[in-house]
Amino acid sequence: MKRRTLLALTTSLILATKPLLADGHALTVHPETGEKLAADQTFSYRMLDQFPTLDPALNEETAGFHAIRQMFEALVSQDADGNIVPGVAESWETKDNQTWTFNLRQDAKWSNGDPVTANDFIYAWRRAVSPATASPYAWYIELSSIENAAEILAGEADPETLGAEAVDDYTLRVSLTQPLPFFTSIVTYATFMPVHEATIEAHGSDWTQPGNIVSNGAYVLEDVALNEYWSATKNPEYWDAESVIIEKVTGLIINDVNQALTRYESGEYDMIEPLPAGSFPRLQEERPDEAVSVPRLCSYYYQFNQTDTGHPALQDPNVRRALSLAIDRDIIVDQILQGGQTAAFTFSHAKTAGFVTPEIDYMNMSQADRDAEAQSLLQEAGFGTGGEPLELDLIYNTSENHKQIATVISQMWKQKLGVETTLSNYEWSTYLDIRKAQNFDVARSAWCADYNEASTFLKTMVTDHENNDGKYSNPQVDELMAGFATAEDPQAIYSEVERIIAADMGIAPIYHYANAFLLRADMKGWPYNNAENNWYVKDFYRVAEE
Amino acid sequence: MTVFILRRLAVAVPTLLLLIVMSFILMEAAPGSPFATERGVPPEVLANLEAKYGLDRSLIERMGIYIWNVVTQFDFGPSFKFKDRTVNDLIEQGFPVTLTYGFWSFVVAVLVGGTLGILAAVYHNSWLDYLAVGISIGAQVLPNFVMAPILVIIFTLWLGWLPGGGWRGGQIEYLILPVIALSTSYMASIARLTRSSMLEVLNAGFIRTAYAKGLPTRHVIFRHALKPALLPVISYLGPAFVGMITGSVVIDVFFSTGGIGQFFVNSALARDYSVIMGITILIGALTIFFNLVVDILYAWIDPKIRY
Repeated sequence: MKRRTLLALTTSLILATKPLLADGHALTVHPETGEKLAADQTFSYRMLDQFPTLDPALNEETAGFHAIRQMFEALVSQDADGNIVPGVAESWETKDNQTWTFNLRQDAKWSNGDPVTANDFIYAWRRAVSPATASPYAWYIELSSIENAAEILAGEADPETLGAEAVDDYTLRVSLTQPLPFFTSIVTYATFMPVHEATIEAHGSDWTQPGNIVSNGAYVLEDVALNEYWSATKNPEYWDAESVIIEKVTGLIINDVNQALTRYESGEYDMIEPLPAGSFPRLQEERPDEAVSVPRLCSYYYQFNQTDTGHPALQDPNVRRALSLAIDRDIIVDQILQGGQTAAFTFSHAKTAGFVTPEIDYMNMSQADRDAEAQSLLQEAGFGTGGEPLELDLIYNTSENHKQIATVISQMWKQKLGVETTLSNYEWSTYLDIRKAQNFDVARSAWCADYNEASTFLKTMVTDHENNDGKYSNPQVDELMAGFATAEDPQAIYSEVERIIAADMGIAPIYHYANAFLLRADMKGWPYNNAENNWYVKDFYRVAEE
Repeated sequence: MTVFILRRLAVAVPTLLLLIVMSFILMEAAPGSPFATERGVPPEVLANLEAKYGLDRSLIERMGIYIWNVVTQFDFGPSFKFKDRTVNDLIEQGFPVTLTYGFWSFVVAVLVGGTLGILAAVYHNSWLDYLAVGISIGAQVLPNFVMAPILVIIFTLWLGWLPGGGWRGGQIEYLILPVIALSTSYMASIARLTRSSMLEVLNAGFIRTAYAKGLPTRHVIFRHALKPALLPVISYLGPAFVGMITGSVVIDVFFSTGGIGQFFVNSALARDYSVIMGITILIGALTIFFNLVVDILYAWIDPKIRY
């Protein structure tokens, strides 16, 4: 009896001191801004879908990257404005943009206490590009132009030959096949994050399970319930754990967007993105402190099939131009989308770092002038009102937004140009099959930046790029884009390429994306100016209510 | 009886094999690929992926390997989409969830639906009958994709009583809304079925005889009328039970339960071949099994039925 009382007493004592200790560690004011911090330092957000993997090498989509970015730290990270800032690398240098040397911090640790060394990065990169790993994102290593990446991926060279070497434990030297001024922007992505070799060797494909996983970022995985939620807690071994204020991150998978909004409105979690179509103006009015729209580096456009399987008229630049001019982009962004998206006349997103939107001739025309020019162009080409009837197949993947946009554009073409359009929608996988086989005249498309630099957009306009399903081809574009990396002033090249694309109307840009979301007003540190929307929870904090 | 059960089980094996073969052929015929992305996959990356997942082999070869692995090791292979999971993992995680809310939905649907149906039939053409019929029609016309958001708005947003989604290991407060949303339409069908077959039985000669003998109503209903009245209901309950425990994509999507219904639909959309196969086999096997259970129940309830 006595012993039991003693035991109970000790247990309750331990239980009682635990939160006290935690409180003792927690900050009450923000060390830099001096704002009073809330007692509850957690962050939870809505996810549309379950991420397929937490393995940085295998990840290929945004939801996974959002989670991986909290748990793993790359050589470099991004700050609130999207600038490159030190991550595991304290500093880096390059003389020619072709050989890069990264000096790693010596206090970086894995969540099991092991030091993070240059070899962890080399192991991770070799693993990501190796055919045995079969990563769907292996091409990203190739895209970075690291020596031998392409050969390894094709199975022609051994992964050991990858152009990255550890000069010592804390010095990593990377050799590229060509100068790449924005190499550091590329290595912020998941594919370039380090992974812990011993853990992968020990657990195989189960290494990303809670309990097994070892990571080097500010958080370490706590729990994953597929299609329900995932959570991570602060990693005490993280080199900068002292400055990390948020104790826990939770991602809630809520597939239905209206359901997600209801649960947000009930106060369950802190951030919902995206919002239900067309709801942004209303929410902005109801929740002015919470509703935000920021640019997102993606472009929405229509591809014209310029091969023989498409309508022959589409091989005529004047017909393509007529179709593009007749699209009233303002109606699409202001009346359909209503979430802060902007009309697009260039393929590269206007907010891409360093990109200066060139003068595109039809950009500053009034819509009436555009329509008039479109009509005369189409007539000259012998189509539309008074000429041969033009009938086009427009395809898009099943989605309410795509459908509305396609319907409105087909109406514009019909009313202004007398062009008849057959709309067909397909579920995603089928849609891609059809588009990649050039079985269309006009196809909805979108491209999101791989890194914050205009070449990520414009490279897809090159004749043999995998995403160029309309097979737009202009030797001038191919030549310019082959030399952008070594150019003195790549931005001038990008502007030139945009002008050529607009003159050819190789594609019809429609709008530049924006991310409209709701974020609780007491949640601070959100990187509103990071155009890639790469948020790091380690920079967040929740302020106490006044 | 034993011979009957053995015979049915013997038929189940080729049925499942046929199911596998048919699913394989249908998946092969469907356009799209599990690795397709909008940007387009470079050929060398695609080749590595296809080699890893065995898609570089012929259909017959793949089918043979698949069936062999399933039969000998109960191994349904890796998921194409969830790169660090196997199909067995996904089913192990999703099926208990679905089984739990499906089972409770079944219990609720049978108890409430059955009671309503019996009451409506016994008090035929009274206010109780109209009320029961009214409730069941109301429940029938409110499909679960309408019910689910309404329930969440009322119980989560307005009243703040219950969580609007999640599962958290199946705690009771996370279970209530999914069970209500899933069980209502089944409940309505059960109520209407019970009512009509009960009415039929109550008008039968042997019931009149029972009453004429002077037996109390309760005795007549429960001892004489209920068993034959349940026959048509039971034939409905078999597939309904399988339907409930294999989940509803609507429930999974609206309540983020992590159940198997959502995996099934998502895997079809993502062309995650191995997950489609695994869940198809699971549902197929359960359907066969519960149809057998229904047949056995039949024989037990109605001694006239002989196999």
